[in-house]
Amino acid sequence: MIVARVAVTVLLVLVTVTAQVGLFAHLSVAGVVPDLALLLVVAAAIVRGPAYGTVLGLLAGLCVDLAPPADGVAGRWALALAVAGWLAGQARGDARLSAVATVVTVAVSSLAATSIYALTGLVLSEPGVSVARALEVLPVAVLYDIAITPLVVPLAMLVLRRLDPAPTRW
Amino acid sequence: MLSLLCAVTVMTLDAAGGEDSPVQPLRTGAVAVFGPLQTGAATAFDPVVGAVETIGELRQLRDENAALQERNDELAAELATTELDRNRLAEYDALSEASAIGGFDLVPARVVAVGPAQAFARTVTIDAGAADGVRDDLTVVAAPGLVGRVLSVGQHTATVLLAVDAGSVIGGRLDRSMELGFLRGNGSLGSDGALSLDLVDPDAVPAAGDTVVTWGSRGGAPYVAGVPVGEVVQVRTSAGEQSVTASVRPFVDMSAIDLVGVVVGPADSAERSFDRSLP
Repeated sequence: MIVARVAVTVLLVLVTVTAQVGLFAHLSVAGVVPDLALLLVVAAAIVRGPAYGTVLGLLAGLCVDLAPPADGVAGRWALALAVAGWLAGQARGDARLSAVATVVTVAVSSLAATSIYALTGLVLSEPGVSVARALEVLPVAVLYDIAITPLVVPLAMLVLRRLDPAPTRW
Repeated sequence: MLSLLCAVTVMTLDAAGGEDSPVQPLRTGAVAVFGPLQTGAATAFDPVVGAVETIGELRQLRDENAALQERNDELAAELATTELDRNRLAEYDALSEASAIGGFDLVPARVVAVGPAQAFARTVTIDAGAADGVRDDLTVVAAPGLVGRVLSVGQHTATVLLAVDAGSVIGGRLDRSMELGFLRGNGSLGSDGALSLDLVDPDAVPAAGDTVVTWGSRGGAPYVAGVPVGEVVQVRTSAGEQSVTASVRPFVDMSAIDLVGVVVGPADSAERSFDRSLP
């Protein structure tokens, strides 16, 4: 069971990271594409809690950092998505999240992740990162993530719940 | 918490390590995994992307179809002169090839993945890599002109830094006055994706409409000489500055590149090259 769980999670990460730069490059808004890896991490954090969300965020982020055509210092998306996973995990209550609560969770996580990525870029003085440019990209990124949420997050949550029907009850 | 520390550690190692960064093997591994995935995904998604575009174009196509049918009747009468037109077209093709990117050996490749705007870097993945003779710092061109340079290479994929990336600096030359300058990207694609040209000579004034070609580096890396880059659209002069800055619109639409060529050499040295005998 554990092998299947890990395999499916790895598969989900590979699919989201590939679709993000491949398929969705055709559907970009002003160059911004929905952060599918982030949505996967948020879904996982909602289902399984902050610890799982943080670890998955770290691993998925590392994939985004290292997969072509990514360039520059690795670890920036890893940090951003790990924080997003932790944040989204905090939203998990005992009751299932309502649709609105899920959207708010995605919005907060997306804002946090994109901001952290931009800020680390500023700190490391990566080329192309400026406050003005970040402010341009941020709202589009968050809105696009929210727009795509109904298509991705429920599906990801369903798959993750199937893998582990009652993770916290012993 | 541990994960956050882990991410910061990776970042520090990579930032401090530079070229010999301990993260480099990890990156090579990721390229080996995601490169073929992206190539496969691009192939798989092609019909989907095509279908979506087709639906949007249906109405337009219907109108066009009616107009074209009419036109078809007219053209049937002109069929006798087709052979002449075809020969002319072939001549034009040969001419444009000779003036633009002729004389170079190209490895053809398709763009299979595009970096998102959230990442602030303008990079794309192409489906040709070390196995096809692609190396770091090679010039990448498309039919209208310069695209960028190869940043890193995987076995069957390569990452290309677009000319409009904010970190991209290209030596350029004005075709009319032969003046030299530096082209810098502004990091945005699409209609506002312009390059700024700083001329070395402060007295030289570029004119709108001038064509900028690559200046070229020793050994043709990272840029070979004479590839058309773009057209001067606007010129700014400020009294305090030492040089004149011109805004250059690239010939290549960086947001819609598909087929590109990697310049692998001046002679016939490509392991995979355009078959020029094809019509």
